Order: sequence, then C-alpha cells, then structure tokens
Amino acid sequence: MNDIISQNLTVLIKNIKDKKISSEEVTKSFIKKAEKAKTLNCYITEDFDSAIQKAKKFDSKPNFKCKLPGIPIAVKDLFCTNGVKTTAGSKILNNFIPTYESTVTQNLWNEGGILLGKLNCDEFAMGSSNETSFFGNVQSPIDKNLVPGGSSGGSASALASNLTPITIGTDTGGSIRQPASFTGTVGLKPTYGSCSRYGIVAFASSLDQAGPMAKNVKDCALLHEVISSYDSKDSTSIDFKRNNYSELLTTNIKGKKIGIPKEYRVDGMPIEIEDLWTKGIEYIKECGATTMDISLPHTSYALPTYYIVAPAEASSNLARYDGVKYGFRSEGENLIDMYERTRSEGFGNEVKRRIMIGTYVLSSGYYDAYYLKAQKVRKLIKSDFDEAYKKVDAILTPSTPSSAFKIGEKTNDPVSMYLNDIFTVPVNLAGLPGISIPAGLDKKGYPLGLQIIGKAFDEQNLLNIAHAMEEKINFKNNIKEWWIK
Amino acid sequence: MSKTTGEYIIAREKNIYEVVIGLEVHAQVLSNSKLFSSSPTKFGAEPNTQVSLVDAALPGMLPVINEYCIKQAVKTGIGLKAKINNRSVFDRKNYFYADLPQGYQISQYKHPIVGEGIVILDMPYGQREIGIERLHLEQDAGKSIHDVDPQSTLVDLNRSGIALMEIVSKPDLRSLDEVNAYIKKLRSIMRYLGTCDGNMQEGSLRADVNVSVKKKGTKNLGTRCEIKNVNSIKFMQMAINYEANRQVDLIEDGKKIDQETRLFDTKKNETRSMRSKEDAHDYRYFPDPDLLPLELKNDFIEKIKSEIPELPDEKKKRFIDKFNLSSYEANILVSDKETSEYFEKVIKNSDVKLSTNWITGELFALLNENDLAITQSPISAENLSKLINLIKDGIISGKIAKTVFELMASGDKDPQKIVKEKGLQQESNPKALESLIDKVITENPDKVKEYKSGKEKLFGFFVGQVMKVSDGKANPKLVNDILKKKL
Amino acid sequence: MAIDLKTVKHISKLARISLDDEKAKKLAGDLNSIFEFIEKLNKLNTDKIEPLTSIAETTLKLRSDEVKSKNIRDQILKNSPNENKDFFVVPKVVE
Ligand SMILES: [Mg+2]
Ligand SMILES: [Zn+2]
Repeated sequence: MNDIISQNLTVLIKNIKDKKISSEEVTKSFIKKAEKAKTLNCYITEDFDSAIQKAKKFDSKPNFKCKLPGIPIAVKDLFCTNGVKTTAGSKILNNFIPTYESTVTQNLWNEGGILLGKLNCDEFAMGSSNETSFFGNVQSPIDKNLVPGGSSGGSASALASNLTPITIGTDTGGSIRQPASFTGTVGLKPTYGSCSRYGIVAFASSLDQAGPMAKNVKDCALLHEVISSYDSKDSTSIDFKRNNYSELLTTNIKGKKIGIPKEYRVDGMPIEIEDLWTKGIEYIKECGATTMDISLPHTSYALPTYYIVAPAEASSNLARYDGVKYGFRSEGENLIDMYERTRSEGFGNEVKRRIMIGTYVLSSGYYDAYYLKAQKVRKLIKSDFDEAYKKVDAILTPSTPSSAFKIGEKTNDPVSMYLNDIFTVPVNLAGLPGISIPAGLDKKGYPLGLQIIGKAFDEQNLLNIAHAMEEKINFKNNIKEWWIK
Repeated sequence: MSKTTGEYIIAREKNIYEVVIGLEVHAQVLSNSKLFSSSPTKFGAEPNTQVSLVDAALPGMLPVINEYCIKQAVKTGIGLKAKINNRSVFDRKNYFYADLPQGYQISQYKHPIVGEGIVILDMPYGQREIGIERLHLEQDAGKSIHDVDPQSTLVDLNRSGIALMEIVSKPDLRSLDEVNAYIKKLRSIMRYLGTCDGNMQEGSLRADVNVSVKKKGTKNLGTRCEIKNVNSIKFMQMAINYEANRQVDLIEDGKKIDQETRLFDTKKNETRSMRSKEDAHDYRYFPDPDLLPLELKNDFIEKIKSEIPELPDEKKKRFIDKFNLSSYEANILVSDKETSEYFEKVIKNSDVKLSTNWITGELFALLNENDLAITQSPISAENLSKLINLIKDGIISGKIAKTVFELMASGDKDPQKIVKEKGLQQESNPKALESLIDKVITENPDKVKEYKSGKEKLFGFFVGQVMKVSDGKANPKLVNDILKKKL
Repeated sequence: MAIDLKTVKHISKLARISLDDEKAKKLAGDLNSIFEFIEKLNKLNTDKIEPLTSIAETTLKLRSDEVKSKNIRDQILKNSPNENKDFFVVPKVVE
C-alpha cells in the first residue's frame, strides 16, 4: 500500500490502465494514509466515503481514455464543489455547501478524477503560511515546527506527505509557488486567463489563477492540460490554443535564452539561496540553453503595488459575505449591526486587516494616490517583462527569499510575512506563468525552490525548461513522516 | 437658449427664488435576460424564482455581459442625439444593503457608454432643450419588502441584476410641467426605440430627483439634494414642491442646506434625510476586475444607427409638413408610438383632417373614459377609417356618425354593416326631402311668417325640425338648399 | 503618513466590520507599518503612465440575450441563515 501512495501520477495512471491496481485500491490507500496524518491538519473536509463509492463505480465501468482515470484528488478548499462544504478556510463560510461546481474541478472530474476532500488553506487565500485558516494551521511534512507555506498550504502539505497524488491550488501572489518551494514539490501558476475562475472563491480578481501542484514536472504538465480551458462563464478567460502539455513535454531546451534579473538579488537574502540560483544557472547551461543578465527595474515596487491592488479588490470581493444569503450570521439589533457583527466575528484578523487596507485605498480622496498609482506602477512592472521578453525566452529566479520559516515566526509582523512573496508577486501583477521546482535543500534539510517565469501563454516552454532542469537537479525530498506515531 | 417663461418661482417677503431640477432617470432595459446573467426579467414572478447563482452573488460567480443590453443602451443614446463612446468601463459601486447581494453594484462611473445629448420639449411657451449629461448601464438591485413581516425585512432578488440605463439630465429643468414633459418625452423616445417599456407602475421607470434653489437672477446653483427613487410623475412633482420650499425656508432662516440624499414619503407628502445612506456616500468606485473595458467598433454603432426607427421629433415634423397638421395636433399624435401608428393606418384610406379630429376627439374620449391604451381600442383603425369614409362620402352625417361610433365601440362592428342594418343612411333624395320640408312648413305657419318678416335666425329652427322628422338622416346640405328655395 | 484611530474607525464603518478600541489600536499599528512600506511607491513618478485596466489580453466577450437559468429558488435559498422558503430575511430595515 505504501508503494501505491508514493507512486507519482504518471505511474499511477499506467498501473490503473494496465489493471495492475484498481481505482478503489488507489483511493483507499490515500485515504488510509490521510487517516494517519490528521496531525498535519491538511483536510478541512474529507469526502472519503463518497470517494470510495466513485472509485468503485469507476472500476465497474472503467474509461481508460480519461486523462485521470479513477485518480483520487484532494483540492484546495477555495474551489466550490457541488454538495461538498466549501469554506475558503473561513468561519464566515463554515457551513456553506455549494450547489454548483467550479470549472477547474469539473474539468478534473470530467477526466475521471475523484474528489478525496477539501484541503486547508489560508483564510480566503490571504496568507503565506497557512496560519490564518479558521480551521487551524497546517504543519509541514518537512518538520513539525515549520509552516508549509501558503495560501495553498494544505495542498502542498498533502501532496508532499502523499495524501493525494496531485492537487490544485490558487495563486494570487505566490500561493502555489511558495508552498511548493517550501515542501519540495512542483507548482505552476498559469498565465492569467488560462484556468477559469468560475466557481473559485475570489480573493483578488485581477490576480487570482488556479494551477496544478504535483511531485514532478510531467505530472504537473498533465494536470495543467486537464484544468486549463476556455470558459465563457468567466469574462477574463482567454480563448487561446491550449496544448497537450504532457505529450509535447521535452527536455530539449537547446538554444533557449534564459534571463537572470539582477533586481532579484535582494538585501539579506541567505547565501544558500544565492548559491541555489547560481547552481540553477549552471544547470540551464548544462541543458544547452544560454543565460543572460537582464533588468526588471521596477521589481522592488511590486510588493507595495500588490498590497494596494489585492486588498482593494478583496475588500470588494468579500463584501458579499454579509450574513444575508449564506454562511455565518451573527444576529444584530438592526441590519447594520448584523453586518458589522457578522463580518467582525466571521472574518479572521488577516482578512480584516486586508479588507481595511483595501477599503482605505479606495476611499474618497485616496483613490488616486493609492489605487490609481498602483495600476500605473503595475503597467510599468508589466512593461519590464515585455521588454525582457524581447531578449529572452524565460526568466530564472529563486522562488522565495528563504526556506520555510517556523510556525508563529512571522504572525505578528505582517510586513515581514508579506516580504516572503517578493519573488512571486511580480509574476501575478504581470499576468504571466511561473513555475516553482524543487532545486535543493538548505543546511537544515529544508527544500528550496527555483522559479521559472515564462511569456504569457507559453506554459509549454516553461514546463520544458522546468523538465530539463528537473532532470539535472535530481531532487530528493527528505521527509521522515514524523507525524505517524 | 429657448425662453423659460415656465419657471417655477417661489416668492418670499424679500427674495424671489428659482427652482432648478435635474433628473437621474433609471430606465429598465427591455431584454429577455439580465445584464450579467441569463435569468429572465419578467415582471411579477413569484419571489426569488428568477434568480441565478450570479444574481444572488454566490461565491465564485462571475458576470458575463449581455450584448443586447449594450445595443439597447446605444440605441437609446442615439435617440437622445448623444455621443456614443467607443470605450466604456464597468466599475463597482461599493455599498452594503440587504437587496444588493454582491455588496456592490456594477455600474459605469468615469467612462459611461453614452455621453452628452439633448431632449427637446414642446412647452406652451415654446421649445425647450434639456441637456443630457450621460447615459450609463448598471445593474438593478433586488427588492426589500418592509411591510409584510413586522419583525424583519424580506428580500426578493428577482429584480437583482436586470439592466438599467441611468439617464442623467443637466440641471436644465425649471418647473413641474417641464419635469412632466421631460419624463413623458424620454418615455416616448424609449418606447419608439423599444428599449424600455416605460411602465412606471411596474417600476420600469424611476427617477432620482436633484433639487436646488437659487435667488432669481443669480448664476450659481444652490446646494442640491437628491431625492431617491421616486416612481411616478405625480410623486416627483409633490417631492419637488416640498423640497424646494424646504430649501427656501432654510435659506430664509439663514440656515445651511446640507448636500444629502433624501427620501420622499408618499404618505406624509414630505422628504426626509435617509439615515441608512448617511455613511454610504463613499462608494469606493473602481473598475470591475471581473470585466474588461467595453470597446465598441464604429461599424457596430453605425449598424445600430441604421436600424433606428423614425422618432417622435422627426415624425412630428413629417406630420406637420406632409399632412398639414398643427403643431399641437402633431404632438398629440406622435407622443405615443402606437397612437401614431394607429393614425397612419386610419389616414391610409381616409381624409386626414377628419381622421385627426375623430382620433383626438371621439376616440381619445372613449379610451380615456374606459382607461384603455390605444392598442386596446375597441375600434380598430380599419373600422374608424371606414366610418370616416362614410361621412366623407355623404352616406351618413357627422351626427349619425357619432351614433354609429357608439355602436362600434360596444362591439367593434363594421360601420358599413351598422349603417345598413339600422338604416342610418342619409336621405339625399330631393323629392323625399321636399315632402319632409313641405310638412314642416305647413305645420309651422307662425314661424314662417316671422322668418319672412326678417327673423332670419329662425332658419336653423327649420333645419332642426327637418332633421327631427327625418330621424337625423336628412342630408343637411340638401336640406339647406331646398329650405332656402322654399322659404 | 499616519493612520489615526479615528480613520481606522471610519474605515471599519465603511467596511461594516465592528472593532472595539483595543482591536482598532492594534490595527492602526499594523496599518501604519504596512502603509509605510506602501509609501515607497511615491518615489516613482508615474505622471505620464496610463494605468493598467486589465491584465487579461483579450476583449470583453459578449453573451447573447438568452434566458438559460431556470427557477432554482431552492438552491438560492438553501444556504441562507434563515428558514423562509420564499425570501431572504434580514432584521427590519427602517428608512
Ligand atoms: Mg442617483
Ligand atoms: Zn443608478
């Protein structure tokens, strides 16, 4: 059984197709593993019984043409799932059961995937450590004192600890790539408009993108090709030609030019990150690609811009949680009192903090100074990338400025928490695809990731580069299953 | 500028004030489905049965815009002789309210779909041009029902998300009559275009009324108050009346007018400050990140232009030029699209002058009496046309025609049939008339004497008598001729 | 620029989140350090820059005017915090 759960997606699919194992066996293996991993607190909602039923149903009439034939998958609890509680990690949605399915998860089920349950995340995806969830923080399988990263922390932790063979997260400022980096897994944030936002609890509409998380690049490519689709229900979904990314995947990246942006060499970055990046550049060269120093001059403005744009959009997106139509309500003396109590008790501190920032920057007299200014700077940040891509095919950076930090280490200092997303945020602001791949361990044995940033809609090239590097890096995660007593 | 003899003046001991009015009309777009969702827009459905996941703002739901609503807004803009903007932006207007499920209304703030235009009013003192500031598209809110449950407010979201055109006028209106004329004209234009049914009872047309007062002769406008959501012309006029006088009272007492949003209480006939909106003035507008800017190509706009029907102003001009109608008559006939169509159907085969008189006279009276729209008229255009031809051809007299008209109204029968069945044809046989006239003359020797001695006024008496004995069927012209000879 | 307690209270009112004094004070502190960090943007001159309006490289897609959704009142009201089968219910609103 332990054998099954450590198989990667590609192997699992092959074994299922070869009828060496059944979907039921696979599903039960992951469930059994999850039962022993409660300490990690990965799940908010388990849907195990139903998963086993679906697996049995698949086995009774298997369709091997599907891309995910009978594969059990746990997903971030930000995706609305029909009939299964969806909380976004918040008390305010504690009892919310959607009657509809997000497009991205529907795509999984259409290809034979089976829902295992809903994974913990930072409340409304606001956080970088999975410590803001109403359902408690998630522990990293790497070390029990470590955060798994966030906001897709439950997803990263569940994937790294073999509770699910693949998973999906959402990434607004790094919420897929940073936890992937912290847990030694692969995480892709696709081009804005590649994956539909329909049915995903919104955080910041102009930045949110769903994306795949997997144990290797090939699995990631396959999962991406399943979830990425044009969707007329999302006005920002883009109708471009999507590849069968996994079939076209190659390690041949000869002649590709990779940019190394000098602005990502930030003050106080640990030498280990510096070294990792240098090693990454060597790997690239070994793969037959060339590197080139480039400049993204407005990089240091990305975080301040992000902390205007994202909270502004969030303050409006979260206005619908008012106790009227669904979710938590705290009774009040009158309507306004009811609103204020519901939102005060229903939202956690980080969410309230961001709603306050967002409300402030949009409020009368401050709009131009903050929101408009941020949208202008965002344009500059995007232009930086546009300029760079006249010269290079992709960009290589570290994924994060440090390895995973300790639980509680940054909870009282929001700014230092925000700084953790310094390398991932510019990518969201520019709407570009970015992937984090595990690239090494620091001296404590914690994983470190490298990020490759691509041109818009150029996920194939991005995955190819990642795939080629992955082969050279030959990363081995060091997980000791400390949570199994 | 046109003259403004219709000004609304409030005179106090020392000062004379002018009232300045601007309207923000919310017109529900005629469309099958809502602005950003595919739910139906029909009026009067069971509560919350026309609500989609998007309309109820469930988590993860996203707006997708209805192309037809955009066309409707562009059409209306063209009808207002306004500039159509090639680029417009949908913004979020953020505020909390029970019937606003998203916590924001998707509207257009800095970049509306339609820019400046004009509406022409025909006032007794001449034409007035009322400036249109802009027209923008936005979502309607749901409905809060306060008077069913004593403890709580009930919310029905059927209306939530229906497309509205907010048509903002410049502060160019100067009297209650002008407000009345303006609303009717807007309504008429939109009904011609088929962009809004203008039904005020069903809330398809509502207005926020901006009122300010200024001392007569001064240029600067006073502080204005906005009276929210008034849903009939009568209430608009009552609200303006109350509000203008309230403002004048404040000024006369040396007090300051606060710029605020007020509510018109129809029961108490007064406006009062809306406390619930007090701190909601800060709407935190920003472009909706779920939508992209709306880009309209010129050929899209031109195509719509080519589909615009003849509008009331042009139709009026044509009626005057082609049919020789008075401005007054033309106005009445074009103000309502269906009336103008009825009129044109009647005159296709009938005399224009007679048709005009019969439509604006007898027909309108009949419709008014029974509270009917022209489309519900018991007398079809075809039959009215036949009736008019019967008069014109001398088959019946105008007087008999009225009787026939009444019979038609009670059953919409063919007037020719009525005349035939009831034997109402005019008596035009000179011999038959002569014998009738002889009878009248022999029966009234005294009157004949008086007439012959110079009392010519008595001629009418003889005509009347002849008509009486003929049961009204005698051809009055022939009667006249013969009588003159015989007397 | 410092965000004072009064501003925090005003913003919390706009955002419909009630805050007691202690929380408001704590939040004022957080917001000040965050805005200190945000103010970095003021170093950039952006006078001639057009703001970004959308990151999606596409034009607004238009939907045809078709009624597609049915009566799903049960679903719409399913998660509502009150038990009314026809309406959403909120505390009495007095205008
Ligand atoms: Mg208004
Ligand atoms: Zn409006």
